Amino acid sequence: MKRFAAALVALIWFTLPVQAAVDVQTVETPGGIKAWLVEEHSIPFTALEIRFRGGTSLDREGKRGEVNLMMATLEEGAGEMDAQGFAKARDDLAASFNFNASMDTVSVSARFLSENRDEAMALLRQAIMEPRFDADAVERVKGQVASILRSKATDPGDIASEVFYKMAFGAHPYGSDDNGTFESVEGLTPEDMFAAKDRVMTRDRLYVGAVGDITAEELASLLDDLLGDLPETGAALPETVEPALMGGLTVVPFETPQSVVLFGQKGIKRDDPDFIPAYVANEVLGGHGDSRLMEEVREKRGLTYGVGSYLVSFDHAEMILGQFSSGNEVVAEAVNVVKDEWAKFADKGLTQEELDLTKTYLTGAYPLRFDGNGTIARILVGMQMDGLSPDYIKTRNDLVNAVTLEDVNRVIKRLYNPETLTFVVVGSPEGLQTN
Amino acid sequence: MKYAVSAALIALSSPALAAEVSHYELENGMEVVVLEDHRAPVVAHTVWYKIGAADEPMGKSGIAHFLEHLMFKGTDDLAAGELSETVTRNGGSDNAFTSWDYTAYYQRVAADRLGLMMQMEADRMRDLEMTEDDVKTERQVILEERNQRIDNDPGALFREQTRAAQYLNHPYGIPIIGWRQEMEQLSRDDAFNFYHRYYAPNNAILVVAGDVDPDEVYKLAQEWYGPLEPTPGLGERVRPQEPPQLAERRMTMTDARVAQPTVMRSYLAPERDPGDQTKAAALEILASLLGGNSTTSYLARKLTFEDQTAIYAGAYYDGASIDDTTFGLVIVPSPGVPMQEAEDALDAAVAQFIADGIDLDQFERLKTKLRANLIYAEDDVEGQARRYGEELALGLSLEDIEAWPDILQAVTPEDVMAAAHEVFDRRRAVTGWLMPEMNEGADG
Repeated sequence: MKRFAAALVALIWFTLPVQAAVDVQTVETPGGIKAWLVEEHSIPFTALEIRFRGGTSLDREGKRGEVNLMMATLEEGAGEMDAQGFAKARDDLAASFNFNASMDTVSVSARFLSENRDEAMALLRQAIMEPRFDADAVERVKGQVASILRSKATDPGDIASEVFYKMAFGAHPYGSDDNGTFESVEGLTPEDMFAAKDRVMTRDRLYVGAVGDITAEELASLLDDLLGDLPETGAALPETVEPALMGGLTVVPFETPQSVVLFGQKGIKRDDPDFIPAYVANEVLGGHGDSRLMEEVREKRGLTYGVGSYLVSFDHAEMILGQFSSGNEVVAEAVNVVKDEWAKFADKGLTQEELDLTKTYLTGAYPLRFDGNGTIARILVGMQMDGLSPDYIKTRNDLVNAVTLEDVNRVIKRLYNPETLTFVVVGSPEGLQTN
Repeated sequence: MKYAVSAALIALSSPALAAEVSHYELENGMEVVVLEDHRAPVVAHTVWYKIGAADEPMGKSGIAHFLEHLMFKGTDDLAAGELSETVTRNGGSDNAFTSWDYTAYYQRVAADRLGLMMQMEADRMRDLEMTEDDVKTERQVILEERNQRIDNDPGALFREQTRAAQYLNHPYGIPIIGWRQEMEQLSRDDAFNFYHRYYAPNNAILVVAGDVDPDEVYKLAQEWYGPLEPTPGLGERVRPQEPPQLAERRMTMTDARVAQPTVMRSYLAPERDPGDQTKAAALEILASLLGGNSTTSYLARKLTFEDQTAIYAGAYYDGASIDDTTFGLVIVPSPGVPMQEAEDALDAAVAQFIADGIDLDQFERLKTKLRANLIYAEDDVEGQARRYGEELALGLSLEDIEAWPDILQAVTPEDVMAAAHEVFDRRRAVTGWLMPEMNEGADG
């Protein structure tokens, strides 16, 4: 059976990655809204992704949680309809609308059938342009947010995030939970909701992607109707901030059998010329199931179920973050393994073989992302917000393939610094103390 | 009334056809199902074994799931970890999952790599190898997985306890991941005994979905899976069944890590059976009407909108099960609402639902949504592949699977009410309270 192995190797090295079969049109509406579109007429529905840059970082002083609460209350009544009426109207059309808030964006993700597209969009328009923010609805959703805050307060993973982000970003909006605090949420009013909406959902920071059974012309007219009457400009975006990650380890005592560990250091901007090599580097260290961290912490030692690292590039700050959970009795060992791997990586970089394998993986995996109308619509919006052109879908693999061992190891030297790798451990870890 | 017109439109348009489905069986008994979707050059290659945690020998809880982990070690031809590495090198992703009723292995990769996936998956179906060291290290990994999924989460511990209380005799009461003290003892022999018997082509279903030609898939399947030896004498999957439940079971659990008290009620309920899915369909509609939507379902309206007794109230039911399944109700009380009051409000709401009868507008709305879901599901051929794989592994036929949407559409309000009367019997229920401290319930 030696031939078997030979055949495997041949298959790996001589097949080329497939191309993503995605034909992106750029659309500009008569009203001046820009959008990216992929027409896909084989299934009679459309996925529409709308995002606004700014997100929960635009909460006003003392009103932490207002943007999050506003997005959660948008579907709780619009125009003549209360929350029940709106939900029924939406279900009659078998459409779905999701409203989300995150640190840098708020988003509206819609899915609707071709046969009642106009009615579905008229209904969505009411939510976006004529939300009611009824006092009882706002109170009810505040109760849900308070419930989330209570749950997070006793979840070791959430406690770890809270402590880590506060340490890294302090008083900057990134430094606190964007659900707000019990006190700040309690104080929010329907008037705050209207104000928050006009601060974040505005024309000057709007990005749109659509995929499905719709033409460019139909999309243009739909978007002008849906979004044309939004205010022109919104609140000023927050300042850029450097994460204050100086190294060291913080233990947050919490009675639970398994400690949750977050670790991280300063990262790299999405538009930095070294971003692609940095992305390749992280992939080797902790990006997927066969990464060095997975190999050393899980496969060789059985210290965790999973460990990973990620490049986190927010609009106004960058980090390299990682996470794992280990039983209290072995977590100290797992932390040491991660530290050692980080130091080794920073010092020696990666090998030609690792680089080649990772390129094959990344270039092969890229086209597989374009899977399903909703997913593609989200990718289209993400690309626009990252300042990429539609061509990027075709050139991205060339960028990955162009990374040389010299490049990637230069970038690793520039970026990775084990001295500043900062740990937060929540649990009852044996043999670990804050230092 | 403005939207009634469009609802009618959906009702008139013919239900969308799912992806083109082909089906055949290899001589060694392996079933092959192909779902075509040529929109993207991607394929999902999935193998489903008709074996799960509920088929484990007594005292070996967790072995089905542990074996699933060990399947990523080596074979006579592949080094430990090489299968996943090869998938990764080809830009793909792979994973596996274990349930009470089946174990499945999954790769998602460019369509032209399908043969390679079959080559490796066929290899590990019969030729798995592992060292004592592999077993020892991986056992630590599953113990950490148990820590992460269950022991670190009081809600998960509570659900585990509820299930154990619900099933007196059936192995559905044993957690898939296993009881810790039994997991600690699982050995290489335990894994191999389970593997050699149950990992065989005549106990497996291949579901391939994506940009493929069914004839080509069949040829590849014959080439790679065709030569594998079946296990002789695999009988029916017979598990110890539940005795009649005659008395309600109640439990109270406290954990300092609980932030949000919860009352959960689970009732034993019938599942989908081959050729007999109508009662399950009625229960599925019942669960949706009662608690399937956090705004418009009956419990949500009663308990979070009208009374504001609850932050959340819902109902759940999953008929995809070989033996008796459960129908569940849950209420998360608003701050200050005692546990007993929350439980009583939940029971009163269910009683009122039965007294009121079905809201016909809501009923039609739900049917509309189910029809529309068939259109949306076309965008997710891998979701359809999972549905086919899971349901075939449960012993449902292709006809059963394809008839299911029509059976759901045919459910009448009377069917739903009959199902409600049958299932809501406290003598066949477990009621659990999950609380941060003991005293909160006592004063209810």
